Amino acid sequence: MARMTKEERKTTIISAALQLFSERGFYITTIPDIAKKVGMSVGNFYNYFNSKDILAKELIIYISEYLGRNIRVINEKESSTEEKIYEIVSMYFNMADEEPEMIEYFLRVYLSNREIFGDGCEGMLCVSPFVTEMMMFFNDGVECGKLHNQDFFSAFGLFMGYLGGMVFLFGEKILPEPLEWYKESISQNIYNALKTR
Amino acid sequence: MHSKQDKKPSIIWFQGLTCNGNTHSFLNLENLEKLLDKFELLSHPTLPSTQDFKTITDCTLICDIFIFEGTYDPLMKRNNVLVSNIIEHYSKYAKYIIAAGSCASFGGIFRSSAPQRNSGILFVEQEKSGPLLSYERKVINISGCPLHPQWLSYTLNMIEKGNNIEIDSLHRPIELYSNLAHHGCTKNEYFEWKVDTENFGEKEGCLFYKQGCRAPMTHASCNKILWNEVSSKTRVGTPCFGCTEPNFPRSNLFSTKTNMSIPEDVPLGVPKRNYLTITGIAKTFHIKRLEGKLIDYKTTD
Repeated sequence: MARMTKEERKTTIISAALQLFSERGFYITTIPDIAKKVGMSVGNFYNYFNSKDILAKELIIYISEYLGRNIRVINEKESSTEEKIYEIVSMYFNMADEEPEMIEYFLRVYLSNREIFGDGCEGMLCVSPFVTEMMMFFNDGVECGKLHNQDFFSAFGLFMGYLGGMVFLFGEKILPEPLEWYKESISQNIYNALKTR
Repeated sequence: MHSKQDKKPSIIWFQGLTCNGNTHSFLNLENLEKLLDKFELLSHPTLPSTQDFKTITDCTLICDIFIFEGTYDPLMKRNNVLVSNIIEHYSKYAKYIIAAGSCASFGGIFRSSAPQRNSGILFVEQEKSGPLLSYERKVINISGCPLHPQWLSYTLNMIEKGNNIEIDSLHRPIELYSNLAHHGCTKNEYFEWKVDTENFGEKEGCLFYKQGCRAPMTHASCNKILWNEVSSKTRVGTPCFGCTEPNFPRSNLFSTKTNMSIPEDVPLGVPKRNYLTITGIAKTFHIKRLEGKLIDYKTTD
């Protein structure tokens, strides 16, 4: 079997860390826990990440880039604004369903432990790829006359806050139906709230 | 025997539909007399010249340089002679035709009042379909509202010296219009760090985000060749209106058109996605020095 490249090994660590952080929490999870999960020595772990804080920041960049890449694919399609909203909702819910650790990490670690991300990850620094694509989505929506021209964060909060809230409820096992079931109605609600008046 | 005086290139400055802004701007040229000494001024709206206006509109003479100021209106008459006939006559014989200001260059403000009829002499906004199409090789556009006196001075000096004037696709001298108005703006550091200003007339803060400044999208050397040799609009806290471009005038000149807080137009040649990325990151940082008044600076900042 071919040996893993350094990049591949790094991705394995990211994946294991995401899982542990979102399951146990950031502070309880230790570097030995992560090293053990990927089957490497603690000493070797430090060849990839110098500290847990640095790893934490890398994770949020990783998630942001993942979301940004997916939303960019949607933004660059010929589809209507309404369809794009559905596709973003769908992508986000699928991600929450299939790779819950990413959204869990975002909601439970990144948003809840701001002290970790204060230095070098403040503002847009670590979430720029994702927020930029959402800006492009809103900009295009206004430009083609489908979305109401308003303050960016008012619209962004409505869109992403809604999705984050639903995924949180899903994670807490409060939702009576699977996420898939809500895609259509939530997309419609978002469109109705944001469309040109 | 011809004296040196006889060999001076002759100029006729003729007006179409205009507010006289370019005429007045030209009067502010620092070395106006020195420049005019090199030419024979046959006619000008305000400066002493050798021919009376009737002679000009009778089209009984010719000139080397024909300067046209104002929007071209095909129905307009001067001295009961159609302007279209007058400019046809002088353009035919002139070596150079200069469109003085944005109205003559692209149509400008006076085109807005009758867009179906009025135009620049060579361009209708950015489309080359004006009345002097058959003389296009002679036409130099010195756009601006008004034109910068030194831009016209540069052009006339180049002609007098027999130098070639390279022009861009809109017939503007490259030497004058290859810069953006943004280049040399004293507020560039505020632009870099995305620190905007709430007010006009301030030395601090960038006018791009809210006040409608179009300097990063406008070809003009206003911040390189200063106005009255001392200043520019953006330096004194007034937005650039993009007056040298064919789409001038636009509406709402004092406010930036945004889509969900995102500027509709971003700096020339910069993809919007890249611009948003860099802006978001730059806005994250708060540079204390840039948030205060310049006059309150401390060397320890």
